[in-house]
Amino acid sequence: MEREGVRMADEALFEFLHMEVISYIFKSLEKDDSDNGKCTAKLEGMGFRVGQGLVERFTRDIPRFKDELDIMKFVCKDFWAGIFKKQVDNLRTNHQGVYVLQDNRFRLLTQISAGKQYMEHAPKFLAFTCGLVRGALSNLGVNSIVTAEVSLLPACKFQVMMQRA
Amino acid sequence: MAVCVAVITKENYPLYISNIPAANELKFHYTVHTSLDVVEEKLSAVGKTASDLRELYLGLLYPTEDYKVYGYVANTKVKFVIVIDSSNTSFRDNEIRSMFRKLHTAYTDVMCNPFYTPGDPIRSKTFDNVISSMMMQVC
Repeated sequence: MEREGVRMADEALFEFLHMEVISYIFKSLEKDDSDNGKCTAKLEGMGFRVGQGLVERFTRDIPRFKDELDIMKFVCKDFWAGIFKKQVDNLRTNHQGVYVLQDNRFRLLTQISAGKQYMEHAPKFLAFTCGLVRGALSNLGVNSIVTAEVSLLPACKFQVMMQRA
Repeated sequence: MAVCVAVITKENYPLYISNIPAANELKFHYTVHTSLDVVEEKLSAVGKTASDLRELYLGLLYPTEDYKVYGYVANTKVKFVIVIDSSNTSFRDNEIRSMFRKLHTAYTDVMCNPFYTPGDPIRSKTFDNVISSMMMQVC
């Protein structure tokens, strides 16, 4: 996406594509009037596959990870920067397998006007990223559950719960 | 020259294995299979002695009478094994390293192909070409 600090057009394309994918999926399911859960699951699944592929590429020149925290740091820094052009603002953990990633200006939400008005639509725009993170972690050998929450646009939090076998 | 190249998943089943004298296939499967134990050993050793090299390239896994077996493990725990004829002594570590990098890059491309399902055996012409170039170039 970004090469040598030059902003490339494909950055905008990713944003547009992401929006279109969401609207396409939600529209196509509106007809049969089924629940929103199906759409979110679909988006999540797409993100999962993309995350799996991307992490393969992003970790190519990185030394081996020491532990889970090391992996999470990678997700917050390199992975996030590779996709969203910024790092996660805050990473918190209870050291028992729960991590909270806070992004104060999440790129996929910046196009929605800030405030409470479109709050109900925000979760649609986070499903893909939840899958992205879950796919990345799964390919790195950590099974997890990722959920997202929005308190005030465009800030959002991702909660990652590691699943221990 | 490389006589055998293998890609193995994190669950330790082969995604791709190719060898040059096609007749001896079983033998190479066996050689690669044996090497997985050494890979495992090297990986677990990394965790204990903290500050030592955490490089993806594992170096020579073990030599046999006819072959030398080299290993490489990606961050996603995908293992790459290259078997080299030990009669060919002109090989330097650097060359092997660059071979593994090429292999890793090719694998990454396969993985990023939307038509490929992760975990399936690799059936890609581009990947085949990279492998055959690695087997040819040096002989």
